[in-house]
Amino acid sequence: MRARRAAVEFLAPALLVVAAGIVGAFVSQTTEIYFVTALISVSTVVAIYVFVGNSGVLSFGHISFFAVGVWAAGVLSIPEAEKPATMPYLFDFLRSTTVGNVSSLVIAALVAGGFALLVGLPLMRLSGLAAGIATFAVLGITNNILRYYEKIGPGLNTFSSVPESTDLLQATVGAVLVIAAAFGYQRSRFGRQLRATREDPAAARAVGVSIYRQRLGSFALSGFLAGFAGGLYIQLIPIKVDAVYIDLTFITLAMLVIGGTTSLWGAVVGALFVSGLDSVLAEMEDGMTILGVTIDLPAGSRLIVVSSVMALVLIVRPGGLTGGREFSLPRLRPAVAK
Amino acid sequence: MSALLASGLGDFLRDAVDLQVQVDAIGLGAVFALMAVGIGLVFGVMRLVNFAYGQLIMAGAFALAYASDRDWPVGVGIALCFAVVLALSLAMERVVFRPLRTQSAAVMLIATFAVAFLLQSIALLWFGPLGKTATSLVQLNRPVEIGGLEIRKITIVAILTAVVCLALLVLLLNRTSIGLHMRAAAIDAQTARLLGVRANLVSTVSVLIAGALAAVVAVMLTVQFPTVTPTFALQETILVLAGVVVGGMTRLLSATLGGFLIGYVSGLLGGALPSSQSQYLPSFLFGLVILVLLIRPDGLFTRSRGLLERV
Repeated sequence: MRARRAAVEFLAPALLVVAAGIVGAFVSQTTEIYFVTALISVSTVVAIYVFVGNSGVLSFGHISFFAVGVWAAGVLSIPEAEKPATMPYLFDFLRSTTVGNVSSLVIAALVAGGFALLVGLPLMRLSGLAAGIATFAVLGITNNILRYYEKIGPGLNTFSSVPESTDLLQATVGAVLVIAAAFGYQRSRFGRQLRATREDPAAARAVGVSIYRQRLGSFALSGFLAGFAGGLYIQLIPIKVDAVYIDLTFITLAMLVIGGTTSLWGAVVGALFVSGLDSVLAEMEDGMTILGVTIDLPAGSRLIVVSSVMALVLIVRPGGLTGGREFSLPRLRPAVAK
Repeated sequence: MSALLASGLGDFLRDAVDLQVQVDAIGLGAVFALMAVGIGLVFGVMRLVNFAYGQLIMAGAFALAYASDRDWPVGVGIALCFAVVLALSLAMERVVFRPLRTQSAAVMLIATFAVAFLLQSIALLWFGPLGKTATSLVQLNRPVEIGGLEIRKITIVAILTAVVCLALLVLLLNRTSIGLHMRAAAIDAQTARLLGVRANLVSTVSVLIAGALAAVVAVMLTVQFPTVTPTFALQETILVLAGVVVGGMTRLLSATLGGFLIGYVSGLLGGALPSSQSQYLPSFLFGLVILVLLIRPDGLFTRSRGLLERV
């Protein structure tokens, strides 16, 4: 029974992601990009969930780990011949190193995870609002440095000529891997200890759980996964520094909260729901015909609808779409009467 | 950082004590302090961090730009600015804050995030990414000379307005019964309600006061930065939020001091950092924020450390 429940807890989100991947394979080339983006959002939101969901501490800093992943994977996978054009001031060792697709993703994850560990060492002593603002400060500093320090990347320029190796398959496999990591972590003793500190810090301390150590481990793992997601993203679309700042922080956190902060299932559902809504609206801005009715929204109205829906979901269902619970099959036998 | 320490520290200190830089920094601190009061007041009464505060200021600024586009008199523009900001504040309180009052801080914060983006994208759709210009009050940017210092009129106006607004607020909080109710709700909302404080009234009043302050800030900021874009005041709001937490959110005074301090420090850094490093100003500021939070997580100006919950 317990094993079955554990299997469902992992398989439900994983199968949902695979289903999205399969559907994406049967649509037109122009629609496929929406599916790939949605799957990368799943990776990103699940990465954030690993820390925010399990610890109950809000972090605005995860997009800085995502951005570090973007920078690491981007700089390392641009062909050497192309580097001087967009990044003339690059450090020598970065200019002369180019690695393949998988290695660049691994390096992106490692660099971001290391950065998260480093940042977490002092920051994980904080909680509540102080932690929120401190992680925001990390985001501000990371963005500021990536924007102007041209020895480690393109600065204000767009990342161009990164090989576009994230296709539907890579995005699906990536999302499943991230979900597997998050699942493995939340069933491990470390995950359980951290969840205990979320529910009742005093009681958790009383049974010998170190809040600091558990938060730090989770923060580093979640930074690692966010860096991986960043690597996937830059190998899909050329972006610049503004794309990995406040807007992305907001949209990913909103996905998590809308899905339900405290469950893996919620993270996946929230990411797919908001991405799906966003994609449909993007299509409508270009004019879309449903059941003979042509809907043509003015350009820019997408964000208005998305943010109103977010506010609405929070007002109507503050626990998120899933109520923060894991997916479980309905009981086959009627409950035993008490 | 090391370059700054090695070569520029002397220059930095000399520039930082320069009276001109000091006056400008205090002017910026005064505006930030007003924003801090607006954010701190709502937080005190409702335990809600209003990220959308900057978008209220942005909406007020667009109202001013709208009026100056049509050559309406300054007074009408300012009245329009107040009307727009107050109406938006009321709507926000009724539609979003009130239903979510019992929810966790994270849910409320994300909801204000959503409101912020809603207002920002409406502004983007309406006025475009380049925004509009508000020019009716720019004459306040002209400097007057006082004792060899070139002080822009707006700096004097900002400092005086901040002092007057804060004095009025102190009177309201300490000398009226609604002020007493607000202070009671800020200390213990549950008990205050049991004693007959009307929660809805108190939260409406605090949101309205915060809105009025946002309108005042909108007027001051448009004088200094006449180009109004959809991201107007966003950077400032983020800094003030950080400042408010650094100062200590539990009391209005410490939150206000925190807001003033971050404005003042950012003014000092802006005036005294050598130009080669000024692009890294946000990093210096945020670095200081992290440092202070690590040393005093409950706030720089709070009296006692928060007690850890014991079993």
